[in-house]
Amino acid sequence: MTEFLQQVLNGVSLGAIYALIALGYTMVYGVLRFINFAHSDVFMLGAFVGWAAVEKLHLPTRSFGGGLAALALAMVVCAVLGVVVEKLAYKPLRNRSTLTVLITAIGVSLLIQNVSQNPTIGFGPNPRAFPELFPARQIHLGGLTVSTNQIVVLAVTIVLLAVLYWIVHRTRIGTAMRALSFNATAASLVGINNDRIISFTFALGSALAGAGGVLYATNYPSIDPLMGTLPGLKAFVAAVLGGIGNLPGAALGGLLIGLVETFVSGTRLSTFRDAIAFAILIAILLFRPAGLLGKLKVEKV
Amino acid sequence: MFPPRSQRILLAVLAASALLSAVSGRLNPYFLDVALGAGISVVLASSLNLINGFTGQFSLGHAGFMAVGAYASAMLTTTLAPRLGLSANLLQWVFFPLSLVAGGLLAALAGIAVGAPSLRLKGDYLAIVTLGFGEIIKVVLQNVDAVGASRGLTGIPNHTNFFWVFGSAAVTVYVVWALLNSTYGRGFLAVADDEVAAEAMGLNTTRYKITAFVVGAFFAGVAGGLYAHLKGYLNPGGFSFDKSIEIVVMVILGGMGRHSGVVVAALLLTVLTESLRQTGAFRMIVYSVLLIVLMLTRPQGLFVWPLWPKKEARP
Repeated sequence: MTEFLQQVLNGVSLGAIYALIALGYTMVYGVLRFINFAHSDVFMLGAFVGWAAVEKLHLPTRSFGGGLAALALAMVVCAVLGVVVEKLAYKPLRNRSTLTVLITAIGVSLLIQNVSQNPTIGFGPNPRAFPELFPARQIHLGGLTVSTNQIVVLAVTIVLLAVLYWIVHRTRIGTAMRALSFNATAASLVGINNDRIISFTFALGSALAGAGGVLYATNYPSIDPLMGTLPGLKAFVAAVLGGIGNLPGAALGGLLIGLVETFVSGTRLSTFRDAIAFAILIAILLFRPAGLLGKLKVEKV
Repeated sequence: MFPPRSQRILLAVLAASALLSAVSGRLNPYFLDVALGAGISVVLASSLNLINGFTGQFSLGHAGFMAVGAYASAMLTTTLAPRLGLSANLLQWVFFPLSLVAGGLLAALAGIAVGAPSLRLKGDYLAIVTLGFGEIIKVVLQNVDAVGASRGLTGIPNHTNFFWVFGSAAVTVYVVWALLNSTYGRGFLAVADDEVAAEAMGLNTTRYKITAFVVGAFFAGVAGGLYAHLKGYLNPGGFSFDKSIEIVVMVILGGMGRHSGVVVAALLLTVLTESLRQTGAFRMIVYSVLLIVLMLTRPQGLFVWPLWPKKEARP
C-alpha cells in the first residue's frame, strides 16, 4: 500500500509537469486549431534558461528564492520566444491550410532543436548537469518519501493553474480568448483584436512550458537540446486524452499520463514506458476521439 | 487502360538500370553509394507522395514503415538464407527480391494496423498518430533481442545494386502514377480535394485512405530492405523522426502531389545532403530553414510548373 501511494505521488508530480506543457498545446489549439510542434522545444529552452540563470547570471542555488527567480525568468523568456515564433512563422500563415501551418511548426521545432544542438551558435549536443535550484531534502511521511522538489513541482503547478484559471475566466483578455476559441469570426466582429489575443495565448502557453522545463529539469537534472521531444509528445497525448482545446482536460490528461507512465516504469515493461503514451493516444482516438472531457463536434457542411 | 507510353518508359528505365548495373562495378564506390542512396530516396519520397500529396493525408511515420521492411528483409537474408544453401546468384537475383517483397508486405500490414484506426482522424491528429507509431516501432526494435535490440543488426549481405534500386524506383513511380490515373485512383485525388464532397459522391473515403497508406507503406518497406542491404547494418536510431522528416521535406520541396517534382527533389536533396555532410551540424539547420521559408513563400513546392505563375492562385 505504501509503495502504491509512493508511486501515485511520483506519478502525480511527473503528471503535473505534463499538465503544464499540455495546457500550452491545448490553448494554442483552442485559438488557432493547429498543433504547435515547437511547443516542446520552448519547454526545452525553459530548462536551459533555468540552467543559464544559475551558471551565467549566478543566481543562488539551493534556495527557494533563487529557484523561483530562475523559474520566473524562464517563464518570461519563453513567453517572449513564443510570441516571436508566432509573429515570424505562424502569423503570415493565418488563412492557409492546416497542413502548411503544421509543416511550418515542424520546421520551427527542428530549427530550435538544431540551433541549440550546434556547438558554435547553440549549446552543443552533449547533456549538461542541471544545477540544484531548490534545496533538496527528503521528507518522510509515514512510509512515504517526499522530496522537496516534488513539493515544489506540485505547489508551483497548483499556483500556476489557479492563476491560469483566473486569467481565462475572470479577466477581460481571458474572456476574449474564450470568445476567439468559440468563434473567431464572431469574436473579431465584436471588436476583439484576434492577433493580439493569439499572441497573448502563445505567451501564456509558452510561459507554462518554460516553467515546466525548469521543474522537469530539477527532477531529472540532465538537460540537452532534444530533451523536449518526448515530454512534449506525451504532453500532447495528455491534451488529446483530456479533450484538446479543453483546459481542465489538459490538466487531467497530464496527471493520468504521468500516473500511467510511473506505474508502467514499475513493472517489467519499463523499457516500453515511452511507447505507452502513444498506445494510449491510439486507444483514445479510437474509442473517444473527443477526449475525456471534450465534446464531440458534428462537422457541418 | 493506361497509355502504353508509360509502360514503355518503365521498361526503358528498367533496361537502363540493368545496363548501368552491369558497369556499376567500375564506378567510384563513393559515387555509387550516393547514387544508390538517392534512388532509395526516390522510392521513399514517391510512396510518401501517394499518402501526403495525392491523398492529402499527413503521415510522419514513413521511417517506421521503412524500419519494418528493413528489419524483415534483413532477418530473412541473415537467418533464413544461409540455411537454404542457395548459390550467390540465386541469392542476389531471386531470394533478395523476394525478401524485399516480404519486407514490403510486412510494412503494408503495419500500414493497415496503423491506418485502420487512425485514418478516421484528420490532418494534425493523423500526423501525431503516425509519429507515435514511428516511435513505437523504434522502441520495440530497441527492445527485441532477436533483431539486435539497441546494438543494431549487423552482417547483412550487400545485395543491393544499381538494378534493384533504380528498378524499384521506376516501379514505385510507375505504380503510383498508374494507380492515380486509373478509374479507381481518381478517388485519391477526390479525397484530397474535398473529403466531404468525395463521401457525398459515394466514395468510401476511409478505404481510399487506407489503400494509400498500405501501398505507400509497402514501398517504404521495400526501400527499407534496399537500405538494409546497401549499408549492411541496421540501427533502430536510424529510423527516427528525423528520417521521416527528411522524406516529408522531399515531398514538400518537390510539390505535394507532383510525380516528377518529387523525384527531382528526392535526388537533389540526397546529393545536397551528401555535399553538406562536411558542414555537419549546420545540415539540419539548413533543412529546417528551408522548410519554413518554403512554407511561407512557396507552399506549392519548388519544382512545380510553371515555375512563376502569372496570376496568384486564390485558395
